[in-house]
Amino acid sequence: MGSIEALQCKECRASYPLEARFVCEHCFGPLEVSYDFSGLEAESTKRRIQAGPNTIWRYADFLPFERPPVTALAAGVTPLVRADRLAERLGIGEVWVKNDAANPTHSFKDRVVTVALAKARELGYEVVACASTGNLANAVAAHAAAAGLESYVFVPADLEEQKILATGIYGTNLVAVKGNYDDVNRLCTELSAERENWAFVNVNVRPYYAEGSKTLAYEIAEQLGFELPDRVVVPVASGSLFTKIARGFEEWLEVGLVKGELPTMNGAQAAGCSPVATAFEDDKDVCRPVKPETIAKSLAIGDPADGPYAVELARRTSGSVEAVGEQEIRDGIKLLAETSGIFTETAGGVTTAALAKLAREGEIGADERVVLTITGEGLKTLDAVRGSFETHEIEPAASAFAEEFGPAPAAKAAASGV
Amino acid sequence: MAVTVKIPTQLRSVTGGEAEADVDAATTVGEVLDGLYDQYDGLRERIAEDGDLRRFVNVYVGGEDIRFLDGLETPVEDGDEVTILPAVAGG
Repeated sequence: MGSIEALQCKECRASYPLEARFVCEHCFGPLEVSYDFSGLEAESTKRRIQAGPNTIWRYADFLPFERPPVTALAAGVTPLVRADRLAERLGIGEVWVKNDAANPTHSFKDRVVTVALAKARELGYEVVACASTGNLANAVAAHAAAAGLESYVFVPADLEEQKILATGIYGTNLVAVKGNYDDVNRLCTELSAERENWAFVNVNVRPYYAEGSKTLAYEIAEQLGFELPDRVVVPVASGSLFTKIARGFEEWLEVGLVKGELPTMNGAQAAGCSPVATAFEDDKDVCRPVKPETIAKSLAIGDPADGPYAVELARRTSGSVEAVGEQEIRDGIKLLAETSGIFTETAGGVTTAALAKLAREGEIGADERVVLTITGEGLKTLDAVRGSFETHEIEPAASAFAEEFGPAPAAKAAASGV
Repeated sequence: MAVTVKIPTQLRSVTGGEAEADVDAATTVGEVLDGLYDQYDGLRERIAEDGDLRRFVNVYVGGEDIRFLDGLETPVEDGDEVTILPAVAGG
């Protein structure tokens, strides 16, 4: 296995022991798990992956554990489907949809929570908590229930009803905070200092939690036959998923599981909450926080923790961070549904709209293999699609149907009479 | 009366474990922080660089991020609460 070395500051490279901490005491930079992969040989690593379980633990060599933990509700190995009809509509060559709605609680958050809770238990915590825009709340509540841990989930009070219902049902302590996500996050950062026996998955154990997102990259590469795509489009909220997907590809390049170079990385934000896209556009290396105003609530983080790294990644891979409008988000949801049969939430609408924008602007080469990462389920944000199509209401009579849709074709009627 | 500063755990090694500190006679957030730096050796370089806050440090006055106010020039009054927090959580 790859050996886990330490927690390391992404800013000043200071090193810390592998415990529940997330901030560098010297410069306040974020901590990240560092590994030594020099002991991993490509062929045997590949065989180990292929013989592994149908969950993220098949990639245990690249996750922060000495040996694969046993988890009650595992995540991962979601479908990567070729979306030719979507590619055709967009006028580009080859698009694949990584459908992470096909996880236990219907979003990519099951990946990070699986890792975070396994680490929390290893470190001896019995209470888990999170600051969430909804999907994380679903995942923490469910995984805590399955693992028999007590949980507290903090969400903005104005969250979509579907996400509230799909969280409370697991028997968690659901805390609706009167404020936006950044208020919730500030509160949880303060509480994590006071509640020493709690593992806040995206605060004090965040360095481990974030590692779970790398498994999306591993799966994409493995499902493409141990090859890298040319371009990946990813939604950006805190910027953690976006940067960790790239890190996953980089690790596999380092170990030799894939060849070539890092894909072009395109981030996607809603224009109503686009601090990262704005910093990219303005060529800044800090993100000025904003007050979110968008239907894409799962991406509504006005003060993104990994924003500077997301901007840096987009630049380094000749990618971008796009911002799309509210109607484009709704159109994106519809476009994906109509062409691929996949119904995504607003975040997926943002991502699909960003891909459509890149295609429209001629950014995508004819021979490119593009992966669109869909991180969540449409049933969780039903209000976004309400009124976007017509329902034909009729009396239960054949004549009523004919009145609405026209008479049955005559030729067919004659043929059936023979 | 004074301005109360809430100190995050990551800085308490330089405040002798203190979770709060009072700063007198400050009229802006910048002056509050200067007063704090005077009280505790080694605090300034932890959170500030070249006269500005490091990029992963958030400062709030009464719960509002000072970047939505006037930054270090944000006015403060006696009785206000200034909170320093790491900006690397969430998402």
